[in-house]
Amino acid sequence: MGLFTELKDSISRVTDRLFSEEEPKRIGIYGPPNAGKTTLANRIARDWTGDAVGAESHIPHETRRARRKEDVEIERNGKSVTIDIVDTPGVTTKVDYEEFTDEMEEDDAIRRSREATEGVAEAMHWLREDVDGVIYVLDSAEDPITQVNTMLIGIIESRDLPVLIFANKIDLDDSSVKRIEDAFPQHKTIPLSAKEGENMDEVYENIAEYFG
Amino acid sequence: MPKATNADDPDAPDGVQIDLISGERMDGMATMEKIRMILDGVHDGNIVILEEGLTPDEESRLIEVTMSEISPDEFNGIEIETYPKSKANDSSLLGRIMGGDESAAKLTVIGPANQIETLHKDETLISALVSRD
Repeated sequence: MGLFTELKDSISRVTDRLFSEEEPKRIGIYGPPNAGKTTLANRIARDWTGDAVGAESHIPHETRRARRKEDVEIERNGKSVTIDIVDTPGVTTKVDYEEFTDEMEEDDAIRRSREATEGVAEAMHWLREDVDGVIYVLDSAEDPITQVNTMLIGIIESRDLPVLIFANKIDLDDSSVKRIEDAFPQHKTIPLSAKEGENMDEVYENIAEYFG
Repeated sequence: MPKATNADDPDAPDGVQIDLISGERMDGMATMEKIRMILDGVHDGNIVILEEGLTPDEESRLIEVTMSEISPDEFNGIEIETYPKSKANDSSLLGRIMGGDESAAKLTVIGPANQIETLHKDETLISALVSRD
């Protein structure tokens, strides 16, 4: 991209944000498969609207289409923000239907993998075009330094999108929030357990302050 | 580019082809040309090594196009590894606006997901196991 095109895009993004102050901000929940994105999206949606966003499962790629929960108003410590939560499929560079055949029939596994690939492609497209900020969810019991995480964080940074990193699953014995902080020191990392509802006050405080 | 080795072709050489693509060759290409060249090579079972890697936007499009081409029993996707960017090369917002980030050289290895496995990666070494299907 040329200098002037990039400058024009940067200015356009800034003015878009200024003039759309009253509109809900579209916050994409991104991360690898099975990091707990939908569990977190459901926790936030239930806490502030009473409704869930989508089904949760231990099988990778349970979320195969991005789902949006609109007008979620979050208030903490005098700060508030209205967001549309966009729960996206886990981003990956490979999908093998045989990974699902232990859990389901082959036809269902093939259908699941096809839907997953379409969902990831959509999520990548939307990251370039249709989100105002990102909540990046990582499983704190897993090594965060993977190629997909590094690439995704780089893509988000290149688009100058505000990003909060959530270190999920702190209820697990192998959890290490420091490992995530050390991997991405340029971003704020907030520990939580979306499943158990641990540390959600700090989560909402940061969402209201950072995206508000 | 030389004709790629095709695992289904009985006359193809018995080996894994590695395409090492210079930054100079990539310089004149549009994003989709680069992605097409990479994925055509990977579809043929080749390992593609890019001297200067891809920009974040190109990486995003590579994932998107890869997903659209995954097909059961034919193509499972890609393995991709890039050296982590050196902290010394971290650029400021101004640097990014001025395009400094785009030119940061970083070697990238891309291969078929069913044939390449990363054994080790750190700031100075990518070690990969390539199997022939």
